[in-house]
Amino acid sequence: MAVDLSILLVLVQDGIVNGAIYGLLALALVIVFTVTRVILVPIGEFVAFGALTLAALETGTLPGTVWLLGILGVASAACRLWASRRHATMRSVAWQIGTSLLLPVVVAGLAWACIHWQAPQLVKVLVALAIVAPMGPYLYDVVYRPMADASVLVLLIVSVALHLALQGLGLVFFGSEGSRTQSLADTTLEIGPLFISGQSIVVVLVTLALIVALFLFFERTLMGRALRATAVNRLGAQLVAISPALCGHVAFTLAASIGALGGILISAMTTIYYDTGFLIALKGFVAAVIGGLVSYPLAAASAILIGLVESFASFHASAFKEVLVFMIIIPVLLWRSWRTPALLDEGEE
Amino acid sequence: MSAAHRAVALLLLALAILAPLLPGFPPFWVTLLSYIGLSALVALGLVVLVGVAGLTSFGQAMFVGFGAYTTAILTTRYGFSPWATLPVALVVSGLLAWGIGAITLRLKGHYLAIATIAWNVSFFYLAGNLDFFQRNDGISGIPAITLFGIDFARSMNFYWLVLACVVLAILLTRNLLDSRAGRAVRALRGGALAAESFGVNTFNARVLAFVYAGVLAGLSGWLYAHLQRAVNPSPFGINMSIDYLLMAVAGGVHNIGGALLGAAIVTLLRDQLQTLLPWLLNAQGNFETIVFGGLLILILQFSPQGLWPHLMKLVSRLLPRPAEAPVPPISEAPPLPLRAQPARGAEVLRASELRKQFGGLVAVDNVGFTLNAGEVVGLIGPNGAGKSTTFNLLTGVLAATKGNVAFLGEEICGSTARHIATRGVARTFQHVKLVRGMSVLDNVALGAHLRGAAGPLSAALHLDRAEEARIFALAWQQLHRVGLAQCAHLVADDLSLGQQRLVEIARALCLDPVLLLLDEPAAGLRHLEKAALARLLDRLRQDGMTILLVEHDMDFVMNLTDRLVVMNFGAELAQGRPKDIQGNPAVIDAYLGTAA
Amino acid sequence: MTQPILDVQALHVAYDAIIAVSDVSMSVPKGSIVTILGPNGAGKSSLLNAIMGVVPAGGAIHFAGRALGGESVEARVNDGLSLVPEKRELFYSMSVEDNLRLGRFRLRHQGSAEPMLNEMWALFPRLKERRRQLAGTLSGGERQMLAMARALMGEPRLLMLDEPSLGLAPLIVREILQTASNLRDNGVSILLVEQNARAALRIADYGYVLESGRVMLEGEPDALQADQRIVESYLGVRSAVSV
Repeated sequence: MAVDLSILLVLVQDGIVNGAIYGLLALALVIVFTVTRVILVPIGEFVAFGALTLAALETGTLPGTVWLLGILGVASAACRLWASRRHATMRSVAWQIGTSLLLPVVVAGLAWACIHWQAPQLVKVLVALAIVAPMGPYLYDVVYRPMADASVLVLLIVSVALHLALQGLGLVFFGSEGSRTQSLADTTLEIGPLFISGQSIVVVLVTLALIVALFLFFERTLMGRALRATAVNRLGAQLVAISPALCGHVAFTLAASIGALGGILISAMTTIYYDTGFLIALKGFVAAVIGGLVSYPLAAASAILIGLVESFASFHASAFKEVLVFMIIIPVLLWRSWRTPALLDEGEE
Repeated sequence: MSAAHRAVALLLLALAILAPLLPGFPPFWVTLLSYIGLSALVALGLVVLVGVAGLTSFGQAMFVGFGAYTTAILTTRYGFSPWATLPVALVVSGLLAWGIGAITLRLKGHYLAIATIAWNVSFFYLAGNLDFFQRNDGISGIPAITLFGIDFARSMNFYWLVLACVVLAILLTRNLLDSRAGRAVRALRGGALAAESFGVNTFNARVLAFVYAGVLAGLSGWLYAHLQRAVNPSPFGINMSIDYLLMAVAGGVHNIGGALLGAAIVTLLRDQLQTLLPWLLNAQGNFETIVFGGLLILILQFSPQGLWPHLMKLVSRLLPRPAEAPVPPISEAPPLPLRAQPARGAEVLRASELRKQFGGLVAVDNVGFTLNAGEVVGLIGPNGAGKSTTFNLLTGVLAATKGNVAFLGEEICGSTARHIATRGVARTFQHVKLVRGMSVLDNVALGAHLRGAAGPLSAALHLDRAEEARIFALAWQQLHRVGLAQCAHLVADDLSLGQQRLVEIARALCLDPVLLLLDEPAAGLRHLEKAALARLLDRLRQDGMTILLVEHDMDFVMNLTDRLVVMNFGAELAQGRPKDIQGNPAVIDAYLGTAA
Repeated sequence: MTQPILDVQALHVAYDAIIAVSDVSMSVPKGSIVTILGPNGAGKSSLLNAIMGVVPAGGAIHFAGRALGGESVEARVNDGLSLVPEKRELFYSMSVEDNLRLGRFRLRHQGSAEPMLNEMWALFPRLKERRRQLAGTLSGGERQMLAMARALMGEPRLLMLDEPSLGLAPLIVREILQTASNLRDNGVSILLVEQNARAALRIADYGYVLESGRVMLEGEPDALQADQRIVESYLGVRSAVSV
């Protein structure tokens, strides 16, 4: 198959746009892993929930995720109140009730208003984000926080189990039918032989803006530094009053928001099913693993590479594009394995 | 194996044989029992992988698929008989496991887990898209198994076949775990560092566990293909892999019985949920995944050991207390050939100009000393003086920034801990590193790893019994030597700290070392224990062994050692006989602090 | 005697089958330096870690009149307890200044960190020179200074120092202990665990000697310094001296 210039450019554009989304997910995965040691497999469900929640709002139905948010809010409130039962103050109880019980009610109200008054697309996007983002910290409270001291491996098994449960719930809420959402920008830019869709531009711009915002957050703000400190030295962070639970909340909120945003961005370009998120997330994973689960720049760069490989593979051997993408992991693991010293003591883990 | 385990195992076996023979036992349940058996085979592999070796795989369904597709393709396309494809299926799954393991098992455990997710998904797509696997339609027309006229297409006959395979797999697994190779795998949980210090190749031990789990999954797949008589990609996806993991974790990932229990519970539960949930939710789909996911999370949160230990506690309450296991008498004859020790007074080790830097911190700076055969040398100094770092440089745990270490004339600076162990250097650890949950005797026998040669295959088939007997005779001998024979059958982590330190010394002695390195052997020991330890070390010295010890108990050090090396601020402060060191003003200052 | 800022009664710490601290009672009066001496493995660090909530413990701990139960480490720091641990626990891949700013995390809602930062620069000029450097590139003495400065940024009511002289040259030890003494004069209470017995007793107001997890001896520095048992427990010269 010969590739002419215009096809090449389309493929490169596709690759970069998809790669940008994988990159966002990879960044979120690295944040969560370094701060909490959790390998967040269910980020794929945040992707799917984000996209399908927006699609439901567009068709004017109340998305099932609103109910899920409420249930998780109640569970999270129960877990938090139980964990702090001995040292609870009026203020902390009020804060817990507000963030875990009141918030879902407010969000549900927003969702209803949004459907009722046919809100503009941007508002729907924001409401979809508001529905999915709090699930991150709620799930952290219910699932991960009670076992914060467990090994990376046990936390990973828990993550996979959570993925399974959330995917099943996705099927209950959204059915097996796929959905697409409206494009966020309907224009098309024409530069020589190259047609760039408005959505592509939105994706790349949003990604770049997010990367800059994350950079500023981690480098310039005290909370960002606190997250980094927890990632570097958990005990050291606790000794300066940085609570691992607070950092866990921030990291999971970031991850759920980024996941949902990724889903919203990609669902204007491809149909999303309840189980598509997992495959998208896996590509973010491959990128994060290439970066050793700790390096942000390496993860972001590999995400673009993965997007390009996928885009060219889907042109030449579309049936095997997933396989080809996952095979990228082999040389990387080989290279990492080669560089790892023979003695690796993880007995204490 | 405890009495409770044995009782429950026999009871279950009797139940598994007798129940289907009852008149009126529904045929559907026979098939269900076969499925439980197939899953139990996979879960059994996960017990070895997850519970014993501490690794996790999300790709076991893929290995089941390797076994199933191997026999499906060979029987339908090339006319092989099912029995001829059995060894091929096992070899294919084993080889693929070996290849995947070789790539990832040098890395931290979670890389294997992530890689297996990616590969399982890839396999699923490949099988669904390649003509070779006949895509999503799958391969049908797989012949049934027959043997001596018995037709295993009949569900009852097939069940007997599955049951035989499960019993065989249990026996093989038990034999394997109770062997030199099995102890090496179990040692992984005590930390790779300790295992490597006794010559265990921890990478190979991990690969062994992974391949074993892969082969058992392959066997399950071979059976599955001939039970269903057709294969397609759907039962080999990632969700099924997670189900297998759920079985192992729910049942109890540290026990063989847990695998069976988990397989039974999850298989039965799925069967019930598959009809119940769609009815409850009023929709079609695999909703049992929601329950399974939630269940797995709850088990890991509240009972990470699974259900089997709870069952055992219940059963052992019903059984009479078991009799104490016997302690064999002391024997003097060496059960295994000894290595030639250097002549008394000959130079055993020479460290020169050792330096170790961590970032801006110089932990060890230009340290040098020699050790001669048959002498006990103490390495002392205040906290943070660099003693432990020096120790780690000698044993290959850390790589020196600069300097040399010659052991019996061979340069060992930069060698691995494992290589240094083969040369005859044994050690103990400041923070005791025994394998938790393993008996004292097995822990000590681990020290004899380099003195045996039996591989996993001979172990599984019990061809290693003569060598095992010699290894355990040796372990008993060393336990008598340190005075802990009466504790041999206890679980190592139940001992007091002092006793655990002695177990470590017994383990080190099993290596038949030329040089024994002891990291704070007297810390945490009571007065009488210290006196006994001093006598033991003195006896070893008389036998010609060379000993280097880091120790803070000055009473102990001053009375025992022939020579002292004193360190302070990473550098050498003084060397000499204990008497001279005690009167050395610089040393007194370093310990009590200069009057600031 | 003033009301103690820290009061420990019958404290007990065990790891699995191993007992590290057993039935230890001690207290720190407000605005004083109390030192805990003892040979290695006597349980000194375990005692501090138990007070800080890093390891679980039995017995009663009162801080500023309030009983501490199952509070997390960070909750205790928020109350005004602070520990400079033996291993320093710095954020090695972050700059010296970032380390210090994070030290004030508990007071993040109470105004700017700048005045306190400037105080630290004045107290440890060497840290100011290296403010942009990563903490991991510091020498042992500088790391100890940074660890102390990071703790002070949070303006603790009780500062616990675990072996601040560890692996440091005498001149730096003197400097660090002098700093501790100055802090006491400014009203900070200090609990000092030290192996450098002479130096510690020089600045302390009261001392306890721990052995095998128990308080073997306690008293004023002069009395302790004169006690022959201190020398014995450190150098093991019992046989050499008493024979």
